[in-house]
Amino acid sequence: MLQTILVAATEGEAPANPLLPEPYDIIWSAVCFVVILFFFWRLVLPRMKKLLDERSAAIEGNMEKADVAQREAEAALEQYTAQLADARAEAGKIREQARADAQRIGSEIQAQAQTDAERVKANAQVAIEAERQSALVSLRTEVGSLAIDLASGVIGESLSDDQKATALVDRFLADLETADTSGKK
Amino acid sequence: MATSDDGGFHGPSIDEFFPDAIFFAGTPFEINRIILIRFIAMLAIVLIFWIGTRRMKVVPGRFQSIVEMGLDFARVNIAEDLLGKKDGRRFLPLITTIFFVVLFANLTGIIPFMNISSNSLIGMPLVLAVVAWLAFMYAGIRKHPGAFFKNALFPPGVPWPLYIIVTPIELVSTFILRPVTLTLRLLMNMLVGHLLLVLFFSATQFFLFTATQTSIFYGLFGVGTLAFGFVFTLFEVLVAVLQAYVFALLTTVYIQLALADEH
Repeated sequence: MLQTILVAATEGEAPANPLLPEPYDIIWSAVCFVVILFFFWRLVLPRMKKLLDERSAAIEGNMEKADVAQREAEAALEQYTAQLADARAEAGKIREQARADAQRIGSEIQAQAQTDAERVKANAQVAIEAERQSALVSLRTEVGSLAIDLASGVIGESLSDDQKATALVDRFLADLETADTSGKK
Repeated sequence: MATSDDGGFHGPSIDEFFPDAIFFAGTPFEINRIILIRFIAMLAIVLIFWIGTRRMKVVPGRFQSIVEMGLDFARVNIAEDLLGKKDGRRFLPLITTIFFVVLFANLTGIIPFMNISSNSLIGMPLVLAVVAWLAFMYAGIRKHPGAFFKNALFPPGVPWPLYIIVTPIELVSTFILRPVTLTLRLLMNMLVGHLLLVLFFSATQFFLFTATQTSIFYGLFGVGTLAFGFVFTLFEVLVAVLQAYVFALLTTVYIQLALADEH
């Protein structure tokens, strides 16, 4: 029947019906469909699936790597911060120590200086006193003997009586001292 | 093709779609011009997707990106969107095949020197519609053995007297009209699209080269029909993509309905 329609159509008597499928049309359509179905099913889609798996694996790998790097960076930062804080504390301690040392050394030096000064002063005083004493003693002896010599010469008599002489000299010196002090005033 | 050898105008006829056989004339394996064009479209699918997926890289090049975009469209926007990841993967080969077979066969309608879509022969739309029909019945019977036809024909929650009306409607709409509309929608879009383009361009030919012998003003009509032919050629690109999408989408929707727990 299809054959007759086709023949009629080619002769221009009656148009072919496009809704009636020709056997060759159905056969070649089915062949094409099956070929393409197997092509996509067995070849293209597995390749595509493999690619998508690889891609997600790569993305996951990269994310993992980024995570590790992030963690390392954070750890390093933490370490540096801790080190910095340590160093700062150390510096503060050293500064404090230095300040305390300076203060201590200063006060020590001051004390030392004071002691030295006092010692020097005391020494000087002692020396002066000793000088004075020795001067006083030698002066007294010398003045005594001079005076006795002088007096001996004056009175022509030896003041051999030591006891008397000494008393005399002493009285004289006392008078002299009195006169000296009153003279000074 | 409609020509104007004898000086008169011949519009396109339905004989456009029944060209003379080239090989195996008279046998069930007859090959004519349109069947050859169908083979070329299928060859294009194989070449593009074979080369495009041969050495796939994680970071795709230009050509691989386009191939991936096409495959992702069928996978993400049609299959996984409607069926979810698991069932989407099961029916993905079928849906991808339907989408690209329809798309590539449609596009030959506007490629110069082919100028006809092999989907304007009923064979391919019919085969694909039957496959879609078998697919959603298979999906339904696998998911709800025994209950699929009962749920489809006697929807739960309907008072039983209404089954007198509902059941015949469901029977016709689900099991008869679905494949018929799938077939006719694609067939008629391609057939009418081709007839329109032939009409415009044969009219252009007639006005510019035959009718101008009578009066030069007919040339203006020729310019007009040429412009319309150009616009409708662009429109056919849209129709080709849209019909491929609609066919694949409806097939997926039918499978989804068959897999749904409640009808």
